[in-house]
Amino acid sequence: MERRHFLTVSAASVGGLLVYSLDGKAFRLATDDKAVLIPLRFFSEDEALIVSTAVARIFPSDESGPGAKEAGVVIYIDRQLAGPYGEDRYRYTQAPFESGSPDLGYQGKESPREVYREGLKPLKGLDRLEPAEQDARLKLIEKTYFFALLRRHAIEGMFCDPVHGGNVDMVGWQMLGFPGPQMSYREAVNTHFGEAYRPRPASLLQISGFKIRPSEDEK
Amino acid sequence: MKTLPPVDVLIVGGGWTGLLMAKELGSRTPLSVLVLERGPIHNPDEYIKEMDELDYAIRKRSGVKVQDCSKETATLRRSGNERALPLRELGLLIPGTGVGGAGEHWGATAYRIMPDCFQLLSSTIEKYGVKRLPADHSIKDWGVTYEEMEPYYTRAENLIGASGKAGNIQGRLIEGGNIFEGVRSGEYPTPPTATPYFSALFRDAAKSLGYHPFPGPNATLSEAHTNPDGVSRPGCVFCGFCNMYGCMIGAKAQPTNVLLPVIKRHKNVTIRTGPWVRRLVREKSPNGRVRGVTYKDSSGDEVFQPADLVILATWTLNNTRLLLLSEIGEPYDPATGKGNVGRNLTADLKFAAAKVLMEKPLNRFMGSAPTGIYVGDLESGVVDNTNLPFLRGGLLRALNSGYQPIGTFGRVPQSVKSTWGSEWKKAAVYWYDRMEDVRWDGEVFAYKSNYMDLDPTYKDVHGDPLIRMTMDWQENERRMSEFGTAKGVEVARAMGAKEIIPFGGLGHFDANPYVVTQLRGGTIMGASRDDSVVNPFLQHFQASNLFILGSSVIPHAPTARPTLSLIAMTIRTSDAIVDRYLKHPGPLA
Repeated sequence: MERRHFLTVSAASVGGLLVYSLDGKAFRLATDDKAVLIPLRFFSEDEALIVSTAVARIFPSDESGPGAKEAGVVIYIDRQLAGPYGEDRYRYTQAPFESGSPDLGYQGKESPREVYREGLKPLKGLDRLEPAEQDARLKLIEKTYFFALLRRHAIEGMFCDPVHGGNVDMVGWQMLGFPGPQMSYREAVNTHFGEAYRPRPASLLQISGFKIRPSEDEK
Repeated sequence: MKTLPPVDVLIVGGGWTGLLMAKELGSRTPLSVLVLERGPIHNPDEYIKEMDELDYAIRKRSGVKVQDCSKETATLRRSGNERALPLRELGLLIPGTGVGGAGEHWGATAYRIMPDCFQLLSSTIEKYGVKRLPADHSIKDWGVTYEEMEPYYTRAENLIGASGKAGNIQGRLIEGGNIFEGVRSGEYPTPPTATPYFSALFRDAAKSLGYHPFPGPNATLSEAHTNPDGVSRPGCVFCGFCNMYGCMIGAKAQPTNVLLPVIKRHKNVTIRTGPWVRRLVREKSPNGRVRGVTYKDSSGDEVFQPADLVILATWTLNNTRLLLLSEIGEPYDPATGKGNVGRNLTADLKFAAAKVLMEKPLNRFMGSAPTGIYVGDLESGVVDNTNLPFLRGGLLRALNSGYQPIGTFGRVPQSVKSTWGSEWKKAAVYWYDRMEDVRWDGEVFAYKSNYMDLDPTYKDVHGDPLIRMTMDWQENERRMSEFGTAKGVEVARAMGAKEIIPFGGLGHFDANPYVVTQLRGGTIMGASRDDSVVNPFLQHFQASNLFILGSSVIPHAPTARPTLSLIAMTIRTSDAIVDRYLKHPGPLA
């Protein structure tokens, strides 16, 4: 059996993180926990550290708000790649694979899993560099399909429903003033003209009353 | 191959048109009606579970809500010289699957087609002369007029409880409605939906420029409504989860909440889920009837289902593909102009004429997909093309569709050149709720060089060739898009925008952005079998017991999204079947 990989998260560094376990239950890391091991579904620990570093440069934490690290983007990506999306279950993958105009969409043979596995190789050691050097390394690959995926997944992990493992504590939604799914804006839609209306965000689990099975957990 | 017991009426496809026909025939005749739908049954009572942007709008729940493109997709090339490549992911097209089809996740716009679109060829020649027509055009008259369609539009709007404000009731112009629309017999069944902040800014700016803005007609109810079938639905709550989602409260008209409750009352209608229809089986003679269909059932067995009357009501491209695979009718050949199956493929021309950056936050998360304000002053048949470098026209629109962050995050002012990192993120966060589009939606001609046939290389999961689209924008659309951009920018300026990013210009027909699920053409309607597949009652010209429903019958792409018109046409066809065909089976025209 393969060795299981874990991502070591220092709870203190993120100040109380809401994490979804493998069976979909939420638990909160207390800030006095020294470190927590989060089981990885697809990445090795080394890969997870590189991805975590890269998405934090793409979507940094700074004075404009939290970033990929606080939102748990690496955990989101790990679960997506482990699920049907990662293995291209719903993409048309019949041969021949011909390269064509980019207007015709991604035509490659490689699944997202394979794109990541290959794409991460030249980024080995990224997590041990200074931020400026990290940016320089990422600049070298920013025209690749792998980088486009990383960037897309960083945005998805920032702003997805927390049930998918990203947007932890709805930090992404709070930063944008997006309240998540809500039951009604029937009155509000006619008011608040020209001023920010920011209801308290809710997640799908909180409002729906249904057990939600995200697509990445599809067998 | 197993042969099943015959049915009177067989309907292939369980979306808006197929289920509507099932409802009409099921309730107005004693015939046995069987609907074949290859996708699953949905549970609208649990649509609240779909309020998840990632799974429904981004990943799209393949095989459950939309067609699983790993099993079947389409190929695309922009000209006959190019090699077509498969659309490997859903993006350009998002065909539905399951009972209700794409009608469960549609955007619910319910705008009527402008009257002169139905006589596009003759009205254009009459106004501007034959010399103005693009050399490569293949536009035509549809064989039915707006006046003939009007009663059916009214019945369609009553069925879905359309919300809107009439601008022309029996020739009387009404301020606040669309004064440029075709003559209506009456007011909309429900009043217009709300006008949220961004739409209100657009409306006021448009007025200040002398335009006549009006609330976009739509199928998300503004208030509770009971339709003529006794089906009740509540008013919209503007949660913003419409496009790509089933409506959690049923305010949006969907086949499952408008048609299924009625169908369930009639024991003569059966919906069979799972069958993958591969061929229509037809007698060999030139005017031979369709005997039924063969399909692969869920266990993989090939089955023959016989029927007296066959209604083909799958999604646009699939209607055409099934005729081609079944060798019913002559395939269109662009070199000779012969054959009709596959001709006149068209798509909507729609784009952000101006991305508008506003000083104040817009609260963009509130709204419903079709909520917004339209300007009809530049529409086809309204704007005078005499001194313009293109024919026809379109709508300027501002929408409050209810936006979600994954799909709309990342837009920044033009001064920001980076696409990742701190500078980009800071700008994208700041502008996230301050940026919105003024849109252009234009009419698109049909051209001889835009068509469909069977792909010579790529196959579906059962080994049948995929449908191949040969499609590109032409000069008329490029010039119209420049006009639409300039007009959109003018309105954006009058809205007090801090910055305006104009549309960058029309490139090639592109597989990446979502254009519209309802492409049109392939099995087009018309008065003559020389250039059409079905007659104006949507009956096949050769096989008179075959009717075809859906966007595939529309001969070009008017500004209006097709769904409302397809509902109206389906009602008209159901009348023709019940009142005439069943009494004297045979050609209706």
